[in-house]
Amino acid sequence: MACDVAPPDVIAAAGCWILDHTGVNLTILHDEFDRRRFVSGIGMTIWLSVVSLFFSLIIGVVGAWAQGSDYKWIRRLINGFIVVFRNTPPLVQIFFFYFGISTLLPSVEDDVGMRQPLFSNIQWAIFSLSLFAGAFNIEIFRSGIEAVPNSTKEAAAALGYTRLGTYLHIVLPLAIRVCLPALNNNLVNLLKTTSLAYAIAVPELLYASKNIWTDAQNVPTMMVVLLLTYVALVGVLVWAMNAWERSMAIPGFGQGRGR
Amino acid sequence: MAAAPAPAAPAWTPDEPIIRVTDVHKSFGSFEVLKGMSMDVRKGEAICIIGPSGSGKSTLIRCMNALVDITKGSITVENQEVNDPNLDKLKLRRKVGMVFQQYNLFPHKTALQNVMMAPINVLKQDKKEVEERARKLIAKVRLTGKENSYPGELSGGQQQRVAIARSLAMRPDIMLFDEVTAALDPETVKEVLVTIRELAEEGMTCILVTHEMKFARDVADHIYFTDKGVIVEHAPPEEFFDNPKDERTKTFLGQIL
Repeated sequence: MACDVAPPDVIAAAGCWILDHTGVNLTILHDEFDRRRFVSGIGMTIWLSVVSLFFSLIIGVVGAWAQGSDYKWIRRLINGFIVVFRNTPPLVQIFFFYFGISTLLPSVEDDVGMRQPLFSNIQWAIFSLSLFAGAFNIEIFRSGIEAVPNSTKEAAAALGYTRLGTYLHIVLPLAIRVCLPALNNNLVNLLKTTSLAYAIAVPELLYASKNIWTDAQNVPTMMVVLLLTYVALVGVLVWAMNAWERSMAIPGFGQGRGR
Repeated sequence: MAAAPAPAAPAWTPDEPIIRVTDVHKSFGSFEVLKGMSMDVRKGEAICIIGPSGSGKSTLIRCMNALVDITKGSITVENQEVNDPNLDKLKLRRKVGMVFQQYNLFPHKTALQNVMMAPINVLKQDKKEVEERARKLIAKVRLTGKENSYPGELSGGQQQRVAIARSLAMRPDIMLFDEVTAALDPETVKEVLVTIRELAEEGMTCILVTHEMKFARDVADHIYFTDKGVIVEHAPPEEFFDNPKDERTKTFLGQIL
């Protein structure tokens, strides 16, 4: 097998050395095309995670607030949403949107005159994953909101705060601290669930890896690489969440460890 | 039918009662807590409401800043009807501050931030000006040096004094105190009462629900005794404590003094 690389490319050289000495074929190191596919796969997984995470948090915060609404139908709507998205597998949700809803929407003409669906597979993946994680976030935020004593909200009311003002300035900051560990779990889950976007051909980490192992015939090697890459990605997320948790700790409140 | 704008309340003048409670009834479900209470409070007065547990005294003062809606009757604060569905609650609560038994400070904010929050968030006042005032209030309740402590790092008495400063930051005309020393140990009760006494002496209109009889006797201008949802008897403190008229008052005072 030809494994010649230009001297300044240290990573490729390492890949070649491993191949020559152990027979382990890490094309993502010494093959430039595979390396690019793999890195862009990681990039897409991070992009899906970050954007879905952002929208799922917004859905969680707004949904949890609406759940306490005075209007029965708003509460029912939110609860219905939670039931649908919690009681169905995320892969089925992704298919539902991409193959179900997407085909019902009008298509648009692109630059070269081809008919294209209104939303791309990446957009549907983000949409679907945000709703999936958002449904759980609503329930997680609700548990945090319910942990804020009524007497604290009453004190805010007595100071002239409206319901929205109380929610934004007092309830939410306290609720987030209470529900951070649960939120942490759900966001880890969301990152891992982005791999389901594979099924609608979103070129994320799993999809890129599959393309690589089909071409290079290094299935077991890529499996290990894939596993370790997810371990590292989730590791970074957990580290960031823990740092956030620590920075939010209040002396004398809950598990606060001081400043 | 469109809601008609509330008729403008007649302008209040300081020679009228600042709070006027007229035949107030309140029921929670089928249980009637207040069975027709009436009282007038004048500006600058310190009023103590005493009585056995469950007599409705806390409910009464919670009605005064619309934390609890009344079922029947009327409460006016500076001639503004509190029992009005179109009531501007913010306007009312700017005038009426309240301190609670359990302090209810915001645990995620420091003592200073607790005092500053409502004027900034609710009244949209200038942060620098509010901070200056908040520091003075912290000094007033004798907590200089504790500005940056979180509620969880303060004792009960200290927290309660921050809560008083927090209410005062809204510059209320009237302060309601709902059994504010009931959760404190005997030594710290004193430091809170000193603060309230100073306020009363400065001319703040104070309405206190309390079990501190000695304090009531020293500080109050007028004492109301409630039992089972009615005001049994009310009188200036000397008369109330030395010469109670009603049997129920005598029994109550006999039990606690």
